[in-house]
Amino acid sequence: MSHHKTYKTLVIILGIVLSLVWLYPFVIVLFGALKSRSEIFTNPLFFPQELTLENFPEAYESMNFTQAFLNSVGITAVSVLLIVVFSSMAAYALSRMDSKISTIIYYLCAVLMLVPFQSVMIPLVSLFGRIHLLNRTGLIFMNLGFQSCMSIFLFYGALRTVPISLDEAAYMDGGNFFQIFWKIIFPILKPTTVTVIILTAIRVWNDYLLPSLVINQEGMYTLPLQMYYFFGEYTIQWELALAGLLLAMIPVIILYIFLQKYIIEGVTEGATK
Amino acid sequence: MKNRHGKLSYGLFLFPSLLAIVTVILIPLLYGIYTSFTNSDGFNMDFIGFENYIRLFSDTQFMTSLWVTIRFSLVAVILVNAIGLGFALLVTQKVGRIRNFFRTTFFMPNLIGGLILGFVWQFIFIQAFERIGTLTGIDLFSGWLSNPNTAFWALVIVFVWQMSGYIMLVYIAFLSKIPQELIESAQLDGANSRKIFRHVKLPLLAPAFTISLFLTLANAFKVYDLNLALTSGGPFRSSEMVAMNIYNTAFLQYQQGYAQAKGVIFLVIVVLISITQVYFTRRKEVDLT
Repeated sequence: MSHHKTYKTLVIILGIVLSLVWLYPFVIVLFGALKSRSEIFTNPLFFPQELTLENFPEAYESMNFTQAFLNSVGITAVSVLLIVVFSSMAAYALSRMDSKISTIIYYLCAVLMLVPFQSVMIPLVSLFGRIHLLNRTGLIFMNLGFQSCMSIFLFYGALRTVPISLDEAAYMDGGNFFQIFWKIIFPILKPTTVTVIILTAIRVWNDYLLPSLVINQEGMYTLPLQMYYFFGEYTIQWELALAGLLLAMIPVIILYIFLQKYIIEGVTEGATK
Repeated sequence: MKNRHGKLSYGLFLFPSLLAIVTVILIPLLYGIYTSFTNSDGFNMDFIGFENYIRLFSDTQFMTSLWVTIRFSLVAVILVNAIGLGFALLVTQKVGRIRNFFRTTFFMPNLIGGLILGFVWQFIFIQAFERIGTLTGIDLFSGWLSNPNTAFWALVIVFVWQMSGYIMLVYIAFLSKIPQELIESAQLDGANSRKIFRHVKLPLLAPAFTISLFLTLANAFKVYDLNLALTSGGPFRSSEMVAMNIYNTAFLQYQQGYAQAKGVIFLVIVVLISITQVYFTRRKEVDLT
C-alpha cells in the first residue's frame, strides 16, 4: 500500500511541476505587465520588485480596447448564431432528404472542408472586393462559409441518431417542416449545438488572417487585428506590449475558467468525430 | 411521408449554408485554379499556361519555405504526440481532483490565438531567454530569433506548447474508452503497469494515434499566425513557411497568378495528406466490440 502512495505522490509532484512550466509563459506576461520600463529589462523573468498599474490605462487606450473588444464580440456572436441556425437546418434537410442528392452535397462538403485558406484567399478577396463586400457583413458571411461544413458534419452525425418516427409523429399532429425542426428536433440537438458554438466561437474569435484581408477600416478592427498594429508600435516598450497582450487574453481566460467543462468536452468532440 | 412538404422545404433549409459554402470556397477555388494559369497582378491577367508551375521549381525561396514547412511539421508531429500522450497518461492516473487542474493547465495555450501567443513568446525569446543566458552564463540562450537555426526551434517550441494540450484531449478520450475490466483482468494475470500500457492500452490507442498524427500534421502545415507574430519569416526569410510565402507573393509582391499556383500546390499536398489519413484510419483501427 505504501508503494502505491509513493507512486501517487510522485505523479502529483510531476503534474504540478509540468503545470507550472506550462503556465509560466502566462505568468511572465502577468509579471511583465506590472513592471516599470526600466525593470522589465533587468528583470524580465520574475515577480516585480516594484508593482505598477500604470501600463494598463496606456495600453488600453492606445489599442482602443473597448472598441476592438466589442467588434470581436459582435462579429463572433453574429457569425456563431448564423452558423448554428443555418448549419443545423442544412444538416436536418440532408439527413431527411432523398439519399442521392444528400450524398453528393455531403461529399462536396467533405472535400471543401480540406481546402486550406491560402488556396482560396486570393480569388476570395478579389471577388468579394468586386461586389463591395470587404466589410463586416462580408466577413460574417465568409465565416459562415468556412465554418459551415464542419458544423453540418457535427449536426448530421447527431441527427442520424434521432429516429424519423419522431418527425412522423409530429407530422400526424399537423406540424410543418419548419415547426417540427425548431420545436422538436433542434432542442434534442442541444449537446451538439454547445459543441458547435464553442468550436466556431474559438476559431472566429482568434482568427487573424481573414479579418486582416477583409477589414481595412481602423474603427472596425477585431482584437487580433488591433493587437497586430498595436504590437508593431510597442515592441520596444515591452511593458506596454505585455499589458496589451494580457488585456487581450483576459476575456478568454475568464471564460475558460467558468466554462472549462463545456470547452474541453466540445473541443474533444470536435477533434475525435 | 417523405415528400409531404416537398423539395421546397429541403431547398430552403439547405440554401443559406450552401450559398455561403459555394461563394466562399467553391467558386474561389475554381476561379483560383484558373488564376494560377495567368500572370495576374490583381488588376490585369493574361493566360500563360503552365509557366507559373514551371517557375515554382526554380524558385529557391519557395523551395526553402516548403522544406522548412516539412521539417517543422515532422518535428512538431513527433514532439506534440509524445508530450500529448504523456500528458494524457498523467492526467488519467487516479490521483484525485488535482488531475482536472493539470488538464485545464495543459490545454490552456490552445485557446489563445497564434498571433497573441507569437507576440508573447517574442518577449520570452528576446528578453527572458537573453536574461537566462546572462544569469547562467550559457551562450545558448542568446539571440534565438536572430539565428535561422534557433528561430526554427523557437517556432517548434511555441507550436508544441500550444498544440500538446489539444492532442492530449484526443488521447484522453480514447484512454477513457478502454474498459476497466480489461485492465483489471490483465492485472489479475500478473501484468505490471508497463506491460499493461504496452500490450493493452497501446493497441487500443491506434485510432487515437492516427487522428492525432494527422491533426497535428494538418495544423503544422498550415501555420501562419504564429509564424507572422513570432519571426515574420526571419531572419533572412529562413523561417518563412509556405502559408506565409503564398501571402507575401500575393499581397506584398502582387504576383497573384504566381501565388495562386503555389496555393494550388499547397492544396494538393494537404489533400494528399488527408487521403493518406483516411486510408490509414480505415486500415488500422482495433475493434473493441
